[in-house]
Amino acid sequence: MPHVGPRFRARLFWLLIAGFCLLSSCRQSDRSQTSDPRAEGAGGGAILSDPAQQGYSTSAFHIGEGQRLYSWMNCAGCHGPHGGGGMGPSFMDAEWRYGGGMADIVRSIDGGRPNGMPSFHDRLTGQQMWQLAAYIRSLSGLAPKDVVPSRGDQMSSKAPITQRSPDKPAEPREPY
Amino acid sequence: MRRLLALVPLALLAGCSGMQSMSEGAGFGSHLFNQLMLLFLVVTGISYAAVLLFLTMAVVGRRNEGGEPRLQALLIAWTGFILIGLILLTGASFLSDRREAREGSDRTPLKVTVNANQWWWGIEYQNDDPSQSLRTANELHLPVGRPVELKLNAGDVIHSLWIPALAGKQDLIPGRENDLRVVPTRIGHYRGQCAEYCGLQHAHMAFDVTVESPQAFAAWYKAQSQPAPEPADPGIKAGHDFFMSHACAMCHAIGGTPANGTTGPDLTHVASRKTIAAGTLPMTRGALMGWIANPQGVKPGARMPAVGMTPDELHAVASYLETLK
Amino acid sequence: MTATEHPADVPRDGPELDGPELDRILSETWGDKPGLIGWLTTVDHKRVGKRYIFTAIGFLLLGGILALIMRLQLARPDSGLITADRYNQIFTMHGSTMMFLFAVPVMEAFGVYLVPLMVGTRAISFPRLNAFSYWLYLCGGIMLWVAFLRDVGPDIGWFAYTPLSGPEFSPGKRADFWAQLITFTEVAALAVAVEIVATILKQRAPGMRLDRIPLFVWGMLVTAFMVIFSMPAVTLASSFLLSDRLVGTQFYNATEGGSALLWQHLFWFFGHPEVYIIFLPGLGFVSAIVETFCKRPVFAYPIMVAALVTTGLLAFGLWVHHMFATGLPRLGYAFYTAASMSIALPSGVQIFCWIATMWDSRPRMEVPMWWVVGFIITFVIGGLTGVMVASVPLDLELHDTYFIVAHFHYTLIGGAVFPLLGAITYWFPKITGRMMGDRLGKVAFGFVFAGFHLTFMPMHFTGLLGMPRRVYTYPAGMGWSALNLTSTIGAFVMALGVVLFLANLVRSLGNGAIAGDNPWGAASLEWATTSPPRPYNFAHIPAVTSHTPLWEESLPVFSGLRVEHRELVLTTVVEALPDVRDPSPTPSIWPLLAALATTGLFIWSIFSPWALVWGAIPVGIALTLWFWPKSSPDTHQEPVIE
Repeated sequence: MPHVGPRFRARLFWLLIAGFCLLSSCRQSDRSQTSDPRAEGAGGGAILSDPAQQGYSTSAFHIGEGQRLYSWMNCAGCHGPHGGGGMGPSFMDAEWRYGGGMADIVRSIDGGRPNGMPSFHDRLTGQQMWQLAAYIRSLSGLAPKDVVPSRGDQMSSKAPITQRSPDKPAEPREPY
Repeated sequence: MRRLLALVPLALLAGCSGMQSMSEGAGFGSHLFNQLMLLFLVVTGISYAAVLLFLTMAVVGRRNEGGEPRLQALLIAWTGFILIGLILLTGASFLSDRREAREGSDRTPLKVTVNANQWWWGIEYQNDDPSQSLRTANELHLPVGRPVELKLNAGDVIHSLWIPALAGKQDLIPGRENDLRVVPTRIGHYRGQCAEYCGLQHAHMAFDVTVESPQAFAAWYKAQSQPAPEPADPGIKAGHDFFMSHACAMCHAIGGTPANGTTGPDLTHVASRKTIAAGTLPMTRGALMGWIANPQGVKPGARMPAVGMTPDELHAVASYLETLK
Repeated sequence: MTATEHPADVPRDGPELDGPELDRILSETWGDKPGLIGWLTTVDHKRVGKRYIFTAIGFLLLGGILALIMRLQLARPDSGLITADRYNQIFTMHGSTMMFLFAVPVMEAFGVYLVPLMVGTRAISFPRLNAFSYWLYLCGGIMLWVAFLRDVGPDIGWFAYTPLSGPEFSPGKRADFWAQLITFTEVAALAVAVEIVATILKQRAPGMRLDRIPLFVWGMLVTAFMVIFSMPAVTLASSFLLSDRLVGTQFYNATEGGSALLWQHLFWFFGHPEVYIIFLPGLGFVSAIVETFCKRPVFAYPIMVAALVTTGLLAFGLWVHHMFATGLPRLGYAFYTAASMSIALPSGVQIFCWIATMWDSRPRMEVPMWWVVGFIITFVIGGLTGVMVASVPLDLELHDTYFIVAHFHYTLIGGAVFPLLGAITYWFPKITGRMMGDRLGKVAFGFVFAGFHLTFMPMHFTGLLGMPRRVYTYPAGMGWSALNLTSTIGAFVMALGVVLFLANLVRSLGNGAIAGDNPWGAASLEWATTSPPRPYNFAHIPAVTSHTPLWEESLPVFSGLRVEHRELVLTTVVEALPDVRDPSPTPSIWPLLAALATTGLFIWSIFSPWALVWGAIPVGIALTLWFWPKSSPDTHQEPVIE
């Protein structure tokens, strides 16, 4: 039984798989950090026009960076170690005072909000704000489950994010 | 005779010197390494030569008579040789290890705490008087002849502190504090590098080590303990103001200024260092500007973002940082 | 009681039924259906073994290409050829592919192919499990490589230390694909190991006492036991990692009571025996080749067996030598230094015994013997640098440098790949019926040997000069540049040699000289049958009276097995006295389907814990239908008759 035929066919098969895969690489783990520096610092509007913004909320890498920045910028000081809330509102529920979309959160970080949220304009780059926004949304269960980290390497007090479902908005109550 | 023998390893390994070479012998540990390695090379070299000789005889030799009894005797001899050799080497290794542990225990050590993070080294010189302790980053200055006890902590993943020219390495593991004693014995400039794969930029996590006389070390220490000088020149002041009001101050600290960030390297005396970005670039104006303008181009994945600035702002910040000697 | 007292209407092999008529009936009983369906349902250990070898060589080539890419990147300092992220994925894939997808499977593959032939039986034990293990291995390998080609390949190193591989520092699913690869390959390896132990202990030819089995079979027996005891540790470690990453358990989180070092202990408890799992079959290859080409049994057979067993046992007591820099108590390290040194003793003794065999005879320097000589020259260097790094003060400098890279390539390539290439050349005639080209074989050997040393000898010095491992680039002016360039050139020379070897192999498939049953004049049982062997291996089960059956006056056979049903003879464990006749399973599609169901379960569980529940249903169905009892009465064990 000749073996040459099947062997070469098998090799061809491998090459085809390789070719297919190379053509369509997965964005999930894209680790590109470069954002156009000229887009930064030229005024608030430029930050919101970051052309890569669609990728942040579904990127495991960027959510991971957001997790790091959440700790580094001491967001936990007001919002709790895992976004549970404290002086500042919680990120784990479905209530977003100023909107829960990515752009809304970036605006909150960039411009600050009344009643205590400082403005991080010029203190964080645009990309860092988008990364934070992606992480903050994930605390509420709004990110796809295959890109969020289950836990950090610190003390934990809540269920892992991968096990969390988005909260439902509170039902309107009847007035007494 | 002993001195002559000591020259042999130096001769053999002469081609092997370098500021990151483990045969440099500039510290007690590295010196012991050379001696022990020589012993191992001799013993293993003899064994290898014996194997090659026997193999050559077996392959190309004439039909060999003598047969089983001679080979059995030879097997016993060979087994005995291996056994004795291994016991010798194990013993030498153990004694060498204990000798290194004893070295420097009779002198007061210098105490330094190292905090490794992805991908830079936080260095803190401890002092009995806490106000005299010193924080710096990515470099070590050590007085020659004095043992230094390094307390090793990791902030994120496992790293490994390694100054090959001085001593062996030790890992920095989150959740454990390890220690390493190094006894530098020769003045010079050396390089250390992280020796445990720690992520994207593991290749660019090095640091400078300067071993100097006790007087020079004391002078360095005193200079490093000073806060940063106030900027006088308006151009430099512009750089200072930019630094304080932008992302820089969120992560970096400069003693004597409002910048008190701990998540990035301390920059109080950055201009006095030989390299920046954890041993990646030399400390020159051009490299500094290139690093600040586009850290991701130099060290992709580094935690330092590209802060948007105009060319004038870049020049100002670089000028300011250059005053931080 | 004799064969003639059984019912006359049950055909059995024996003096009455022999020759072409026996071949016809046995081929029908033991053969597969034709075409694709036969290929998918086969449980013939030879076909599964060939498949394993072919796939493992495929992974060797893929891993080798990755190595060449790395060497191109490292040829110059500060090179921008490959980005940091891609390089980190490449070295992780290189290590994982070579260790999990090539080295262990190819050794097991040779075991699967050769062990039943060498012990004189018709099939491997648990043949359907054998088929299942291959499909699982293939699916795991495809999963990992598809992930890599889609930029979701692991970038954590083949050893995946936590916390780097944990949920915080390895975002996304990269590390999960790596961890699940472990599960795939370890289940497959465990399955094969169990089969090998059962085949060797229970299916040997009558008269093949334990002191008469070939040294290769001893090597596979020890290896299989090592697999059984070590693989569970790494499967546990990777399962803990998957669990940490998927559902937030705290196994490796120090702040919550876990430990980063737990990973290292669990991994290296497996990791050290792993390298001996790769190495010991290589030693078996060398013994087989040396015996044949020196035309005498290997010198001091009992000592050789003792050395194999001692190596296998000692291998479990060394793992902390991978952790000398982690800050564990120094006095404990001294024990591991002594243990790590001591394992040099059995290996050193074996080297002596092989050379003594050659010395006490006139060795024929055919191509397989060249590989053996290459093995001795190369592996001993690796073993001796191993003795160096067993010492704590030396290791604390040498650990995680290119010196270690040099050390393990010398032991793994010298100690396993060189014997493997010799083994392929040696058994190629048996597997395919043709001889590999002689001259091209020697040329290929020359290129591989020279290229190997040109690549890896400089790495000893690169390491001594301070170059750490796993770096995607290095600065100029360190004295490393010329050495790295030399290594790169050597790598391409070696690659050329591998290409020549494969070209020889492919060409010989079509044009090689026809080999008879025993072209080398060897002594072991696999050479007592046709080349390639018939589906039923032996027309009559051989009976063995010495350690070198084919060098005796004649080869008696044991007859009386049924020919219209698949039947084996099982013998006692030590003395190999005939014990019972055992039915052997027929071809089935269920191993493939069960493997696909298991693959689905494993891959799904990367993404959701519910996969363990819902994914178990197809697996359960497949296993149930696989093991559905047959109604035929002819499928139970019967006592053997005289």
